[in-house]
Amino acid sequence: MKTLIKKVVETFGPSGREDSIREIIKKEIEPFVDSLAVDTMGNLHAVKKGAGARVMVAAHMDEIGFVVTHIDKMGFLRISPVGGVAPVRCLYQRVLLDNGVKGVIGVEPVKNNNEIDFSKLYVDIGAKDEDEARSLAGEGRFGAFLNEMTELNDLIAAKSLDDRIGCVVAIEAARRLKKSPNEIHFVFTVQEEVGLRGARAAAFRIEPELGIALDVTGTGDTPESAKMPMKLRNGVAIKIKDSSLLVPKKVKEFFMAVAERNKIRHQPEILTFGGTDAGAINLSKSGILAGCLSIPTRYIHSVSETASLSDIEETVKLLVKILECDVKKELALE
Amino acid sequence: MKTEDMLKALTEAPGISGSEEDVAHLLRNYFARLTDEAFIDKFNNVIGIKKGTSSAGKVMMAAHIDQIGFLVHTFEEGGFIRIAPIGGHDPRVLPGQSVIIYGKEIIRGVIGTTPPHLQKSGDTGKVTALEELYVDTGLKEEDVKARLRIGDPVLFDNVCTRMAGGYYSAAAMDNRAGVLVLLETLRILKGLKHQWDVYMVGTVQEEVGTRGGALTAYEIKPDVGIAIDVTFGDFPGIPDRQTSKLGGGGAVAVGPNFHPQLTERLIALAQDWEIPFQKEFNPRPGGTDAVSMQIAARGVPMVQVSIPLRYMHTTVETLDLQDIRRAGRLLALFAAHIDEIHGEVVG
Amino acid sequence: MIHILEKFSNAIGVSGNEDEIRALIEETIKDHVESVSVDFMGNLYAVKPTKAKNAPHVLLVAHMDEVGLMVTGTESNGLLRFSPVGGVDSRLLVSKRILLGKERVPGVIGAKPIHLQDRNEWKSPLPLSALYIDIGASDEKEASAKVPLGTFGTFQTVFESQRDVVLGKAFDDRAGCSLLTELLMTEDDEEYPVHITAVFTVQEEVGLRGASILAERVRPDYCIAFEGTTAGDVPRGPSESPSTEMRKGPALSFMDRTAIGSDKLIDHFSQTAKIKNIPYQYKKTVSGGTDIGVIHMKGGIPSLVLSVPVRYIHAPKGILAVEDYKNAICLAKEALMNFKEVL
Repeated sequence: MKTLIKKVVETFGPSGREDSIREIIKKEIEPFVDSLAVDTMGNLHAVKKGAGARVMVAAHMDEIGFVVTHIDKMGFLRISPVGGVAPVRCLYQRVLLDNGVKGVIGVEPVKNNNEIDFSKLYVDIGAKDEDEARSLAGEGRFGAFLNEMTELNDLIAAKSLDDRIGCVVAIEAARRLKKSPNEIHFVFTVQEEVGLRGARAAAFRIEPELGIALDVTGTGDTPESAKMPMKLRNGVAIKIKDSSLLVPKKVKEFFMAVAERNKIRHQPEILTFGGTDAGAINLSKSGILAGCLSIPTRYIHSVSETASLSDIEETVKLLVKILECDVKKELALE
Repeated sequence: MKTEDMLKALTEAPGISGSEEDVAHLLRNYFARLTDEAFIDKFNNVIGIKKGTSSAGKVMMAAHIDQIGFLVHTFEEGGFIRIAPIGGHDPRVLPGQSVIIYGKEIIRGVIGTTPPHLQKSGDTGKVTALEELYVDTGLKEEDVKARLRIGDPVLFDNVCTRMAGGYYSAAAMDNRAGVLVLLETLRILKGLKHQWDVYMVGTVQEEVGTRGGALTAYEIKPDVGIAIDVTFGDFPGIPDRQTSKLGGGGAVAVGPNFHPQLTERLIALAQDWEIPFQKEFNPRPGGTDAVSMQIAARGVPMVQVSIPLRYMHTTVETLDLQDIRRAGRLLALFAAHIDEIHGEVVG
Repeated sequence: MIHILEKFSNAIGVSGNEDEIRALIEETIKDHVESVSVDFMGNLYAVKPTKAKNAPHVLLVAHMDEVGLMVTGTESNGLLRFSPVGGVDSRLLVSKRILLGKERVPGVIGAKPIHLQDRNEWKSPLPLSALYIDIGASDEKEASAKVPLGTFGTFQTVFESQRDVVLGKAFDDRAGCSLLTELLMTEDDEEYPVHITAVFTVQEEVGLRGASILAERVRPDYCIAFEGTTAGDVPRGPSESPSTEMRKGPALSFMDRTAIGSDKLIDHFSQTAKIKNIPYQYKKTVSGGTDIGVIHMKGGIPSLVLSVPVRYIHAPKGILAVEDYKNAICLAKEALMNFKEVL
């Protein structure tokens, strides 16, 4: 699974520019599903047929990044964020544009770090002047951060674990899942980081009876961190709430019961901010039961998002066991 | 059952956003006596359908049943409990409050405070942020952990109190007052003829983003929607233009969220029948179910009536019961005439 | 044992307005003492003599009054202005239910909804000037007919038991009052070897006023005050003292803002605790003051404070551990029963 993770997290794909990552996921999941399709927004639908409940498993392919808004007279690219990017986390990072050009992010001199915002940042692509910059990379180019995956003892650190790790969990679950009574739509969604947009569109099409998002969640286990119950190495986090969703009791209890039955290490997740694809699915049409399995992750939305391999493994296990259940029966759907 | 008794039962029934089961069951039972069909959907929205003589159209009246509160967030050494907010709280309201935690069993607690004797100089000028507050049940850590889990709802201990002058005070008046308007409307509607089907809906998760209203309006697809909520009652320190008077009748909302002609007709009806009412002005789409119902599915023309309420989102939300009765009467008349009104102004 | 505490906690008695709680205490103790009397300030005296010769005279005190509010103004819209009585943190008043006067007229203290506040408004505490009591009156006349100026108010809190703790208002000092009451309710075959005058005092919370006249009226050899005191064993900074801790037994005060406890009495009480295997602790702060502050200086009367740890005193609802309360009674009783032996 580690090789797969490395390949998936290191691939380019900011919101709205998910083509490369979609191709990689497509190849990886193809052997394990009955059909593959890409919808008009760019979501990848991988379906495992079944007679039972329609279950939508969503993991978003997109990552945070930036878009080039203009090029200054000295040949530096000026940028705006795509998704929740903290300006201070951009400093001196290496970046990749959607046409393969590389750059580093610089900053105008400031008296203190609070003054750093996107108007002070620029991307240096090594251009001699404005004309050369324009020939290498025009306005409207999307960019994302570059970083290699690193192992830290039993943890991994990489860019875009949010939410490529969710994508890996979905692929791995599809591989391991031998038999399921349900019709499972693995959907690799686009544009989550700019407002859960791909999942909203996909849920509208599929009208699933249950939605399961796979995503990362914050933790409270680093020095002076915000108080949060989640910790690395404590297993898969079963979401109770975030800003986008109050997980319906029957979904939450179903997930917890499956985890208990199969002795899968799990922890409750309460997030006082943020949202996931599950929130968008939940509010689709007249409402869809939805929940979320989360992978506890440190330093989310940085180039060194850090998670535990054991938590990832527990998440795969729980997802497989959930999908093996007769969802119609478990959730008493008519 | 008397209106006062229903107000007490409704406000004291627990129903934090996302776990509205108790109040939903109570409302379903009330609806069952007054409608042709009453049920709870998979999200705990409560729906009561009263068939009209022609069933040529549907009017949906929505009042949210959920209330603000907290969830158990983390356990600290010594059995203290940190809490996460559900809905909008003023942290200044919280210290010293009695709370009830709905775990494996019901556990009582208080939100901890520092007695003046142990405060440092300057403390009285400070507000303790919600993250720094904790709930103390007095129980030993092991007793706490054996009974409570992360995610259990924490609500303010609530007693509905009758005050002078027909006022009532309780937590969760926002929006059990609106729910009571639905029941009052149904009670009066029993004696009236109406052509259209009337869908009475107790919606969930309004306090976290008007979610239940969006989902039920999508499902029902009404021809006319009515949101019933509470609005800011008069109080020193708030300009009159931002408030409505307790005892002045239901506040009919005017603004981009609401269908202007339907609103005019609702007001005309109040004037014809001499039912006291007042207007409130919402220049921006506000935070009620009307916001999401208006744009659900193919859209719903909306009107809104609100009950003036002092001290919203505190534990002592205070209202005049008379306003609920008047709003119920007005809305029953509106429902009875909605077929003609709709024909004339919406078409 | 707890039902006395329950009754006392639920009774009303803001400083200067102790009639209700005094009547209740008097009714509870009168069959267990030789005589009861009330002075002009409202202090309640109970005498329990001993047959022992040359017995020392011990004054036992607990204050009946509690912190609260007084109505000091009426607005034209029927809302009431008020002032705190005793040490009430005005930050605790927002969004609370209040009972006013003997008739217990319900009122609420509201505040501007969060929805209508400016961005940073919630970051500053609400000053007393922004707070009103709303009783549902629509104008000044209706309000003052129901609640005249000068009416006292207390928090509307009802006593509750939950496993090994109890929750309620005014444990400072109804815990002391009920503890003292229990001490007076001896069995027929029990007798203290000391002459006891028990006084339930008034106006402690507004400056130890009731106790100020006791020393000269009673002329005791010793004085022991029973209190419900601050338990600060709650989440706090690493350098902050817990003051007292729940479930660690009654607390002996070596010093507070108003008095240094008699070392002989502290020795006697701590020795008694050890011999009888009763847990006890010291109060680990010197904050606050008690009635002994104004008693012990009248000629130098060896005095001591014995307290039941209570979390959240001076707030609408406090918490105390039943075992601490029982152990406090037990320690006080043992120490008094064996008084002569040590001193």
